[in-house]
Amino acid sequence: MDKEIALEMRGVSKYFGSVTANKNVDLKVYKGEILAVLGENGSGKTTLMNMISGIYFPDEGQTFVNGEEAVIRSPQDAFKHKIGMIHQHFKLVDVFTAAQNIVLGVKNEPKPIDESKNAFLRFFAKIGRKMESGLYKKKEVAAQVKEIADKYGFEIDPKKKIYDMSVSEKQTVEIVKVLYRGANVLILDEPTAVLTPQETEKLFAVLRKMKEDGKSIIIITHKLNEVLAISDRVAVLRKGESVGEIATKDADENKLTELMVGKKVELNIERSLPQNPADRLVIKGLNLKNHDGVKVLDNVSFTAKSGEILGIAGIAGSGQKELLEAIAGLQRLESGDMIFHNPKKDKPVTFFHKDLHRVKELAKAGAFRYENGETVDFTGKSDKEIKELVNDGKVLFKEDEIIDLKDKTPLQIRELGIRLSFVPEDRLGMGLVGNMDIVDNMMLRSYRKGKSVFLDRGKPGKLADEIIEELEVVTPSAHTPVRKLSGGNVQKVLVGREIASAPKVLMAAYPVRGLDINSSYTIYNLLNKQKENGAAVIFVGEDLDVLIELCDRILVIGSGKVTGIVDGRNANKSEIGLLMTKTEGMDENGVESVKEAVNE
Amino acid sequence: MSETNAKKVREPLFHITKRAALPFWKSTLIKVGGLLLGFLISGILVSALTGKSPFALYASLFKGNFGQEIRIWKLLRETALLLGIGLALLPAFKMKFWNLGADGQVLMGALVTAGLMYKLGPNANSAVVNILMIAGSIAAGVIWAVIPAIFKAKFKTNETLFTLMMNYIAAGITGYMISIWATNGSGTMGTIKYAWLPKLGNDSLLTVIVAVLLTALMFVYLRFTKHGYEISVVGESENTAKYIGINVEKVILRTLVLSGAICGLMGLLMAGSINHTISKTLVESRGFTAVLVVWLANFNPLYMVGTSFLIAFLQNGSSNVVTEFSLNDSSIASIITAVGIFCVIGCEFFIRYKFQLTKKKKEDK
Repeated sequence: MDKEIALEMRGVSKYFGSVTANKNVDLKVYKGEILAVLGENGSGKTTLMNMISGIYFPDEGQTFVNGEEAVIRSPQDAFKHKIGMIHQHFKLVDVFTAAQNIVLGVKNEPKPIDESKNAFLRFFAKIGRKMESGLYKKKEVAAQVKEIADKYGFEIDPKKKIYDMSVSEKQTVEIVKVLYRGANVLILDEPTAVLTPQETEKLFAVLRKMKEDGKSIIIITHKLNEVLAISDRVAVLRKGESVGEIATKDADENKLTELMVGKKVELNIERSLPQNPADRLVIKGLNLKNHDGVKVLDNVSFTAKSGEILGIAGIAGSGQKELLEAIAGLQRLESGDMIFHNPKKDKPVTFFHKDLHRVKELAKAGAFRYENGETVDFTGKSDKEIKELVNDGKVLFKEDEIIDLKDKTPLQIRELGIRLSFVPEDRLGMGLVGNMDIVDNMMLRSYRKGKSVFLDRGKPGKLADEIIEELEVVTPSAHTPVRKLSGGNVQKVLVGREIASAPKVLMAAYPVRGLDINSSYTIYNLLNKQKENGAAVIFVGEDLDVLIELCDRILVIGSGKVTGIVDGRNANKSEIGLLMTKTEGMDENGVESVKEAVNE
Repeated sequence: MSETNAKKVREPLFHITKRAALPFWKSTLIKVGGLLLGFLISGILVSALTGKSPFALYASLFKGNFGQEIRIWKLLRETALLLGIGLALLPAFKMKFWNLGADGQVLMGALVTAGLMYKLGPNANSAVVNILMIAGSIAAGVIWAVIPAIFKAKFKTNETLFTLMMNYIAAGITGYMISIWATNGSGTMGTIKYAWLPKLGNDSLLTVIVAVLLTALMFVYLRFTKHGYEISVVGESENTAKYIGINVEKVILRTLVLSGAICGLMGLLMAGSINHTISKTLVESRGFTAVLVVWLANFNPLYMVGTSFLIAFLQNGSSNVVTEFSLNDSSIASIITAVGIFCVIGCEFFIRYKFQLTKKKKEDK
C-alpha cells in the first residue's frame, strides 16, 4: 500500500477489574482515510478510542503515530501528537462564544526572546511572553476560525454563544476546536446520533473534504448505512477483540452484521396490519412550559390507537420527553386534555383497582349493567351485598370508561386502574434504580400491593426469573445490581417489567438507544407483540429507518409542535427530515387523523 | 534516569487501575491491615513525642478500655451512644438527606428530659414523669429534625447548612434554660436527683439494650419494609421515585420524624439514665462522630456496630494514654484516634484500585 500510516495500535489491551474491555487489539488508520469502527455495545470501541485520546492508559501494547512509538498519558499528550476526539456528549462552556470555546486551553505561540538584550530587559520580555501566551486575541482567532470553516465548508458564527446553538452547531464547534489545535487524526464518537438526515449529509460532506486534505478520521457509529456511505475501511470489534478489517467497497449490511455479531442476524421487522384499531388515548391541545418558562409543548394533539405503533420522530429535545412525561403524569400541564379510553365495555367490574366508594359512585351515575342488560342500582343494598355482586362478576360496565389524565399523578393513574406503562429515556435515572438488584427493581411498580408494612419479594422474584429467562437477560443472578448489567440487559429488565402488567398504553422513549443489534431487535419484537395484544404503543425513536420500518403512523414533532403525521408504510426519510426542522405547526394539509382528534 | 531520558518516549513504570470487587473477607483483611498500620504509626509518633515505648502505648490503649469493669461498661456505653445516634442518621443518609443536626436533636431531647426531671420530679410520681420524659424527648428531637425537613421538602433548601445551624440554636436555648434553672450561682446544673429512668444494674445497661434493639429494628425497617424501600428509591433517584408515584415530600418528612425521634431518645438516655444533668456540651459532638460511624460502615446497620465500637475504643483508650503518660495536653488522644480512623478510611483506596506494572508486547509481531 502506498499510503502512509497516520496512527497504529499494536496489541493493545485494557482491563477494568475482571472485565476485559480490549484484548490484543490492532488498529491502523492511514492518512487521508475515513475508518469506521464498528461493534456491538460493550465491544470496546469507546475504550479503544479513549486510549488513543489519552483518557485511559493501555495496560498492554503500543501506539505509533506517524511510524514512531508514542506514549499518550493524557489528552494533552494526544494533542501533542495531533490527535483530537469529538465526544458524544459535548464538552463546551455554555456561556462562552464559539470562538472562546475554540481557543480555551490553547496557548499563543510565544515570540522568541532577543538574547542580545541585557538581563533586565530579558526578564521583562519573559514576563511579557508569559502574559501574551494567555491573551485572547479576538480578531486573530476569528480569522483563523473563518479560515478553517472556509477550507472545509463549515457554517459557524464565532460570536454566537453555545447556549443559543442547536446540537449540530455545537458539534461544529467541537470539530473546529479540534482542527484549530492542528489535529491530523480526528475521532468522532457516534456523531450522527443527534443529527437529522440533512445535517448528517452536511457533516459527511465536511468529513470528505477533510479526508481530501489528508486528515485521518475515525468514526464510531451504529448505523450500518452510514458506515457504507462515508467510510473507506471498516474495523470490526467483537467482545473487545479485533475480528477483522474490510474495505467498505467489499462490504454490505449483512456482511458487517455478521462480523459484528459473529452469526447471521435477521434484520427484518415484521409489521402486521393493526387489528381493530380503536381510539385509546386522545391528546388535545397540550401546552407545557419548562422550569425556565420556555414553551416545550405547543398545542400538541394526536390520537394513539389500540393495536398500532405510533412513532414519534423529531430532533432530540423537541419536546418528545416532556410529551411522554406529561401523559405519564410527571409534568404539570398549562392546558390541554389527555383522554384515556379504558376498554371496559361489557367487562366485569373488579375491586382490583376500584374501591367500594368509587364503585358506588359510578353505579349511581348509571355506568354499570347486569348480565341481562338492566342498569345496576345499589340503593337499599348493604356494602356486603354489593361486594358479593361485584366479586361474583355480575356487575358489568355499560360503556368504555373515559378518563381525563390531566392533573393526575402517576399514583392516581394507577389507582384508576389505567394500565399505562412507560419506558423512559433515562433508564437508570428514572425507570430503574441502578444500585438495586433486579428483584427490587421489579418491585418498583408493585411493592404497594397489600396492606402489610413488609415487602413481599416473592412475586417480584418470580417475575425477575421469568424476565431473565424469556428475554435472555445476561446476568450472574436476579440479585445483581442493575447498574452492573450492560445497556441492552438493563433495557430488557425495564421493558420486561413495563410489559408485565399487560399495558393498554405502552410508551417507550428511545428504547434502543445504545443497544446492540440483537438487543434492538428483541425490543422491536416486544413492542410488536404488545401491538398485536391490542396495546396502543407510542415509540419515540431517533433512527428514521427503524421508525419507517416499525411504525404504523409517525408523528413528527419540531420545537414542541406537531409538524406532521405520516403513514409509516409510505413515508420516506427526507420527508420526515424536512418536517423535523419545520418550525410552524401543521398546516391545512395536515393529515386527517389529527383533524379527527381535534373534532371530537 | 539518563537511560530513560535518552529514549524519546518514556513509559510510566506503573499506573493505577480499577480492581474487580473483592470478596468480603479480603476487604475486611485490608481494613484490619489499615488499622494495624494506624497503630504502628501512632506508636512511632507517640514514642517520638513522649519517649515511651510503643508497647506501653498499646498496653495503655488496651487497659483504658478493658482494665477495669467500669471501663468495659464505659466502652459499651460509648459504643451504644455512637451506634444509637448513627442509627438515627442512617435512614436520613440513605435518603441522601445529610442530617448534620444530630447534636442539636439529641440536645433538645436531653433538655426536655432534664427540664421535666427538674421541674416535675420533686412533686410527681416518678413513673408518670418517666413517661412524660419519653414522650417529651422524642417530640423535641422530632421537632428539631422536622423543621429543616419541611423546608427541604417544600422549598428545596440545603439541609446540610440548615441542620447544622439548628445545633447552635439548640445549644443557645440550653444555655438560656440552664441560666434560669441553675440558681446556685455556678451557672451549671448539678446532678438532678429526681425521676431517673429505671436503673438496670448500672447507668449504662439500659442504653446498651436500647442500642441493640434499635440496630435490629433499623435493619428490618430498611431491608424488609415498604417504608425502607421507599427511602432507598428516593435516595437513589428522586426521578425514579416520582416516576413510580412515590410522594417524595411525604417520605422526606416521615423519615426525618424517625431520625429526630431516635435522636430525642438518645438525648433521653443521656440526661435521664447516664448523666442525670444537662449542659450545653452534654452531647460532646457525638452527632458528628456518628456521621463517621455511618459512612465507615457503608450505610449498613450491622457493620455500624463494628465501626462505633472501633471509634469508642480509640477514644477511650487514647484518653487513658493521656492520663497514664501524664501528658498535660489531650491533643495526643485526638491524634491517636485520627490516625487510626484515617488509616482505615485510606485503605479503601487499595480495596478499589490496584497498581499495575506496564507490560509491553514483544515487537516481533
